[in-house]
Amino acid sequence: MERPLISIEGLARRFGDSTQPAVFEDIWFGVERGEFVCLIGHSGCGKTTILNVLAGLDQPSGGAVIVDNREIDGPSLDRAVIFQGHALLPWLTVMGNIAFAVSSRWPSWNRARVQEHARRFIELVGLKGAEAKRPAQLSGGMKQRVGIARALSIQPKMLLMDEPFSALDALTRGMLQDEVLRICADTNQTVFMITHDVDEAILLADRIVLMTNGPGARIAEIVQNTMPRDERHRNDLHRHPQYYAIRNHLVEFLVNRSRAFDQEIAGTAYDPRRVKLVKPGLAAVNPPAEIVPLTTGRRQ
Amino acid sequence: MPSLGKSLGVRAALLSLLIFAAIVALWQIAAQPVAGSGPAVDPEYAKLVGAAAATGAKSAMPTPADIGAAIWKHLADPFYVRGSNDKGIGVQLAYSLGRVLLGFGLAALVAVPLGFVIGMSPLVYRALDPFIQILKPVSPLAWMPLALYTIKDSAISSIFVIFICSVWPMLINTAFGVASVRREWLNVARTLEVGPLRTAFKVILPAAAPTIMTGMRISIGIAWLVIVAAEMLVGGTGIGYFVWNEWNNLSIANIVTAILLIGLVGLLLDQALARLAKLVTYPE
Repeated sequence: MERPLISIEGLARRFGDSTQPAVFEDIWFGVERGEFVCLIGHSGCGKTTILNVLAGLDQPSGGAVIVDNREIDGPSLDRAVIFQGHALLPWLTVMGNIAFAVSSRWPSWNRARVQEHARRFIELVGLKGAEAKRPAQLSGGMKQRVGIARALSIQPKMLLMDEPFSALDALTRGMLQDEVLRICADTNQTVFMITHDVDEAILLADRIVLMTNGPGARIAEIVQNTMPRDERHRNDLHRHPQYYAIRNHLVEFLVNRSRAFDQEIAGTAYDPRRVKLVKPGLAAVNPPAEIVPLTTGRRQ
Repeated sequence: MPSLGKSLGVRAALLSLLIFAAIVALWQIAAQPVAGSGPAVDPEYAKLVGAAAATGAKSAMPTPADIGAAIWKHLADPFYVRGSNDKGIGVQLAYSLGRVLLGFGLAALVAVPLGFVIGMSPLVYRALDPFIQILKPVSPLAWMPLALYTIKDSAISSIFVIFICSVWPMLINTAFGVASVRREWLNVARTLEVGPLRTAFKVILPAAAPTIMTGMRISIGIAWLVIVAAEMLVGGTGIGYFVWNEWNNLSIANIVTAILLIGLVGLLLDQALARLAKLVTYPE
């Protein structure tokens, strides 16, 4: 079987002994090379834990993560993490923070080469001129840019982002989303991102994985973003014919279905290994093309 | 108030001067010889303290002017050596300072690496905690007899006492600083596949440095307190010995001079470490 770049297979995590209910279990999904996948779900469903397992910072209680056909057993420079709270080292400058990552990636490089490489990524995120500043002198948006530059500078196979924009104000968030979209398109980066912002997911993601509420959280379904990448622009996203269909589907899931999913699948053939791939956007442009259950998952 | 053209600093300095002048004035009045009265003191005590006090004409308590003269005398020639019992006050301070820096330095060499291990390992932390808890509150001078007996050298014994008293604050602060390094900074190092040694020096040490420096500042303060007492016990050289010697000479002026200089040196030590601490502090 041809595996995607990231393949999450039967992942489970429980805290404490095995009598405790699992935060999530039987999680299966994959991320293809060059794909941007968002995971959406309520707080406490274990989103961050999944990302930490992917990053190698946490151990699963069951199942495995296969990256590039090899099971991961810890953190790796191939999987760069952009942390929710930027996680910059406050005693280092912008240059120092990125150079720390670069010299970790290429230990044999001399100082000049490290700095030259780091400078490229500082420019990429639009922070030229701020190289000598400490994190405390930067705004929240600039700090997160440094975090993005640090992650990109090690030229990883994939980026893992844990709600990277959630602490930012709306304007800054929008600008950074645009930049991430641009950078990912330019570098054909594979991205796995956690968010609870529906619009962010629609703007950025090619596929959106929907996770039910914990404990015992699982993947309910995967929404294909049928709006092509080059038609997704933050300013006129809401004018796209598919936008509201997709948005309503996601909101409906978060508001109602995420907590009643167990009832929804009772008596149906729910296979956690092959969750449904739905395309609510297509229903809007070409209504009869595909029947998408909006309120219940039960099919007649 | 700025409108009056005087900042808070200037006003505080004026008030300080005023308090200083008041103290000096009160002191001058209190130390004034009482004229004309007969023997005011117990004859036994009078014999002990000398003829001037015996008549009550002059107290053994010096006036501020006497102190000023004593300070001037000491500062004019601080580094003379005339025999083993007559050394300049600068020489004595240098002896004490040398012992403190040596004991403190040795303590830092032990406490910082050990504190690192304790902070990194919950197992070691728990295993060593009872020892630290019991030994930490012991007055360092209580170690003196044990040190004298085992080391059999009074100079090294006083250095050992300084070592023992400065080791605890540094040990505890280093362990605390290392243990409370933010999880996310360690995670950054882990995701970058940074080795343990590089993580220790590039992430944990700078992150814990402000806490470690606070421990060092506490340590040097305690060491400077303890050295005076230790030298009083051990004798021979040092500012503590000087104070005790001048007590035997009943030279209050010299003792007051020493007190002021001990305070001054303590202030300088504290300020030096405060400067160092500022260098490693980072705003978050």
